[in-house]
Amino acid sequence: MIEISNITQTFGKGRDAFTALRDVSLTIRENEFFTLLGPSGCGKTTLLRSIAGFVYPTAGTIKLQGEDLLTLPPYSRPVNTVFQSYALFPHMTVAQNIAFGLEMLNQPGAQVKSSVNEMLALVQMTDMADRKTSQISGGQQQRVALARALAPKPKVLLLDEPLSALDFKLRKEMQIELKRLQTETGITFVFVTHDQEEALTMSDRIAVMNEGRILQIDAPRAIYDHPAERFVADFIGETNFLEVDVLSVEADDATIKLTSGATTTARRADTNSATGQATIAVRPEHATLSDDASALLRGTLEDVIYSGTDTHYHIRLQDNCRFVVRKQNHPGTMEAHTVGHQAGVFFDRGVAQILRD
Amino acid sequence: MPVSTRQFDIRKQPGFTLIAVACFLLLYLPIILLVVYSFNAGKSIAIWEGFSLQWYESAWQNKAIQDAAIRSLILACCASAIATVAAVMAALATTRTAAFKGSSFVFAIINQPLMVPEIVTAVALLLFFAIIKVATGYTGMWYLIIAHSAFCIPFAYMPIRARLQGMDFSLEQAGADLYGKPSRVFWRITFPQLWPGILAGAMLAFVISLDDVVITEFVKSAGQDTLPTYMLGQLRRIVTPEVNAISTVLLGISVLLVAGFFFLSKIRK
Repeated sequence: MIEISNITQTFGKGRDAFTALRDVSLTIRENEFFTLLGPSGCGKTTLLRSIAGFVYPTAGTIKLQGEDLLTLPPYSRPVNTVFQSYALFPHMTVAQNIAFGLEMLNQPGAQVKSSVNEMLALVQMTDMADRKTSQISGGQQQRVALARALAPKPKVLLLDEPLSALDFKLRKEMQIELKRLQTETGITFVFVTHDQEEALTMSDRIAVMNEGRILQIDAPRAIYDHPAERFVADFIGETNFLEVDVLSVEADDATIKLTSGATTTARRADTNSATGQATIAVRPEHATLSDDASALLRGTLEDVIYSGTDTHYHIRLQDNCRFVVRKQNHPGTMEAHTVGHQAGVFFDRGVAQILRD
Repeated sequence: MPVSTRQFDIRKQPGFTLIAVACFLLLYLPIILLVVYSFNAGKSIAIWEGFSLQWYESAWQNKAIQDAAIRSLILACCASAIATVAAVMAALATTRTAAFKGSSFVFAIINQPLMVPEIVTAVALLLFFAIIKVATGYTGMWYLIIAHSAFCIPFAYMPIRARLQGMDFSLEQAGADLYGKPSRVFWRITFPQLWPGILAGAMLAFVISLDDVVITEFVKSAGQDTLPTYMLGQLRRIVTPEVNAISTVLLGISVLLVAGFFFLSKIRK
């Protein structure tokens, strides 16, 4: 669908030069909900804007269904954008906003009208058609921005952090709404966000970016369970990092020795990694507290933090590292773990993930 | 007694009221006197001899003043129209393009007429147009129109640029994203929001052109008096309240335009 090859984007010249994208390549598939995830300044918005045509890459190519997008001005690209600020035209009504793209494509009046009505129904804004955009709420503006961008039936819809201005509850609703719209329209969505939870909830695939580079592209579950790099593991969810010794490798797995001397099996992020020193990542909810001899790591329980759905157990390991175990709370099963007492940690074979250097 | 929550209040400083009143008196007392004496029944511009509208009548019937007034209006209309179009284009170029090398230099060049002493511009234009007059033999109004257009551009440019800077650039990007070619985006998206700025700029340019003496005096050919240069010419002979009457009318026009300018710049974006 979209093939992005070796895109580099440099702003400014000489000493002021800033490289926003460094040799980025990726392929976005047909009908996919694809998310660019990363902290602010990682280049995700620049990448989106170069697909839309608002910035012009210093090097590289972007192709849409084999057609070179970079030779086309923004108004000739069959993609539409939902802006972070919505960018609704303030001097037009809701219906006029939605009709704008269709009018620019010189569609006949009757067709424009029926498309606008269809879009109003799709985002449940039919009653608001004749309101000015300043007379509707933030959530409704969001829906209008979506309808306006979807009305010309683009091949790709680009969404630039469209939910960031909404409050928590509305954001949750819109996440489900967006996913529904994507499924119903069958249009490829490219979604930019810095919110990892948003990315995990909606995406078919996620590209995690940092400092102008793509670190990992995978399905949400694979990104979460098997982060390839320390940055990815750290940015998405909570993670324990442990220094280990890789004893032997076979296919996707490796036998590792923990600092406590215990051995277990870990997954390898890339099959080229060798034996020797490495860092592993273990999610707090993938580990359990263990008092018996099976414990892989031992230490002292420093803190027990209750957070509603879960309880977090902070353990100071023998090598002075900290390890967090998260346990879901069930009614009436408050466990008698006392701060200051000895505690052991256990996680299953294959749970730990060896990170790329 | 309520205690002021402001740490520093300029109005509470010693002498503030005195200085403020003195400033306003100096600014407005002469204008008030000018207006009052335009209604003088006598010939003097300093001795009050009763109320009369005779100087308005005589100004209205004076052929030379009629000609000068019409010339002033035509000149101000043409110059402000040309200056505004140029200013819109300049404002778009300086706010809607990526920062380019020397953009601050361009900004300075556009505002040059504000910085260069008017007398210098006037002399330069006199010499420049003299060469063209010799070469072409043309002595019509276009010299004045071109000269006025040029020095009106920065005045039109300022309010237009200010309004453009306050407008969300992503609206125009959204227009382009929704298949709008640049000209259609300008007329459908930019212009409907920019027009108060454009009108304000045009009105400011109009007032500046209407008011100009120095450049007009140097550039005009024989028999091309505008109202201000006509009045200047009259002052060299006998001064009658006729000059006051013309000034009062000009003042009225200016006040209306400035009020309009103020109103337009307050229109919600």
